[in-house]
Amino acid sequence: MRIFASIRIAGRALRRNKMRSLLTMLGIIIGVGSVIAAVSLTSGATKQVEDQVSSLGESVVTVFSGNFTSGAQRGGWGSAPTLTVEDAKAIAALPNVVGVSPEVRDREQVLANGLNWNTQVMGESPDYPQIRNWGISSGVMFADTDVRSLAKTAVIGQTVADELFPGVNPIGQTVRIRNLPFLIVGVLAPKGFNLFGQDQDDTIVVPYSSHMHRITTRTFVNSILVQAANDKVINSVQNDITELLLTRHRSKEQDFTVRNQLELMQAVTATSRAMGFLLAGVAAVSLIVGGIGIMNIMLVSVTERTREIGIRMAVGARAADILVQFLIEAVTLSAIGGGIGIAGGVLISDLVGYWQHMPTVTPFGWIGIAFASSAVIGVISGFYPAWKASQLDPIDALRYE
Amino acid sequence: MPINPVIKLDAIEKTYHTGEVDVHAVRGVSLDILPGEFVAIMGSSGSGKSTMMNVIGALDRPTGGHYWLDGIDVSTLDRDELADVRNEKIGFVFQGFNLLSRTTALENVEMPMLYHRERISAHEQRERAMHCLELVGLAKRGDHHPNQLSGGQQQRVAIARALVNRPTLLLADEPTGNLDTQTSIEIMGVFQKLNDQGITIIMVTHELDVARFTKRMIILRDGKVVTDKAVEPRSVAEKELQLLRQEQQAVKLVKE
Repeated sequence: MRIFASIRIAGRALRRNKMRSLLTMLGIIIGVGSVIAAVSLTSGATKQVEDQVSSLGESVVTVFSGNFTSGAQRGGWGSAPTLTVEDAKAIAALPNVVGVSPEVRDREQVLANGLNWNTQVMGESPDYPQIRNWGISSGVMFADTDVRSLAKTAVIGQTVADELFPGVNPIGQTVRIRNLPFLIVGVLAPKGFNLFGQDQDDTIVVPYSSHMHRITTRTFVNSILVQAANDKVINSVQNDITELLLTRHRSKEQDFTVRNQLELMQAVTATSRAMGFLLAGVAAVSLIVGGIGIMNIMLVSVTERTREIGIRMAVGARAADILVQFLIEAVTLSAIGGGIGIAGGVLISDLVGYWQHMPTVTPFGWIGIAFASSAVIGVISGFYPAWKASQLDPIDALRYE
Repeated sequence: MPINPVIKLDAIEKTYHTGEVDVHAVRGVSLDILPGEFVAIMGSSGSGKSTMMNVIGALDRPTGGHYWLDGIDVSTLDRDELADVRNEKIGFVFQGFNLLSRTTALENVEMPMLYHRERISAHEQRERAMHCLELVGLAKRGDHHPNQLSGGQQQRVAIARALVNRPTLLLADEPTGNLDTQTSIEIMGVFQKLNDQGITIIMVTHELDVARFTKRMIILRDGKVVTDKAVEPRSVAEKELQLLRQEQQAVKLVKE
């Protein structure tokens, strides 16, 4: 193989004209660099959103009750009293369902430790932390027996713990909800803000039965959280639920809505995919511009070095040897340009991310694509000049002044 | 047993089709060149000697006749095969030296080995290149670039490059055309020394003085051989150099 010799020859030719080589690469450097920087910043933002979506829980299907229409007045989601605890129990018996929690929500002014606080009080089943992928930082979750006995037990979020029990361990303390003392058995791990900027830790979770019978006097639930065994069965679980509820409610119209986490995720990824296409377009344009620069310089280089080509042919270089030599030169230019562009792009995005406190994700896939496509651009833009060089007649090339 | 010729030309013709007129540059040249010969091909411009040079150098194919180089019918080869023949059988020395600039003398000499069909190890390339530089008396200048060398030295590097693939034929095109008298004689001395070692040399020149250093003179006119004779008396580079030095001392051009 003479490839190594060709690489050495190409390297020497590029070093001979350092300034020109650098300027030629600049098009590729800027193109690749800006794309990599943009991609790592946007995928950082996308990743943040995705993390928030998945913080809602994994493989979760949510059943909302339908909207309540009274005359001309139409309520929103969850306003119609259509979902019951029995629905939830029926759903729990479906295959591939690993957790179910009927959910009742209410805002209450609560008292404890001589302080008061307005917070969201949720009625849930003991499956709730598992469904929401939410850990207990201290104490325990209330149990099934608490649900059955309408126990006055509660698990509180970190914000509630901080507001009502500053510097005090809340476990074993009581919190008064509508003047009923609830025993605090556990504190939920801090979860932070959700997609919509709500503080998820500003909450108190009690058994749904206690919520429905002691706090509010409701016979229906707002929604039912269902956890599927995994993401693959989530769609079939969703269909099973729809079918089951239609049968149970004996209604022609669907008086409930079933949503899954995947749909939300898909909405988010659709946005980032659109962004990706946009960036790919920009990348393609800048690579083409860079490629034209390389082709231009390679054409100049072939003309300049006609005599050299003649000498090489006279001593026995075949057309293919000359072709490969110039191709390697072009590919080296574009690949080095791509490499510098990638390094520059990563550096710039990290700096911007650091100064602007934005998360960045180094897009390894894009780095691979950027490097490969800059090499391909080198081949494409170098081919015509290299082919031209290889077709020179050695006699004419030797006489060229 | 008759000795096989290195070069056998049989009714070689070369016609260029330029526009409406056909130019007959070579019209039927037949000759044999045996191993160890030192031949000068002479002729004024337009005599067809450059065309002959291109054909013999496997840079161009004849339009008629046959050309055997070392037993191979070169007139039937394609582009790549011609390149291989040039690489393995022929060493070129040009008027304008044609070294690669910004490339050391040693790397220039190594260059033809890069294009050899069989891979030559880097170590062997270096050794062979050094050996050839020694043959032309430039072993110590291997790391010099062409622009750091005099014309005569550059031509010696070119000769070393021509020798490095152990060709059957050394082909020189006006090798002294760009050199002064003394350096020309020195370069002819190098050729004579190489020829004494058995290397076949063909040289194209238009200078009679230079042709006198060879053993056989072939003169072309209008694309035909008009003279083909042994060189008598033959100049010997060492003696000519001595004579030149005496003359120079006589006019005090150089120190005694």
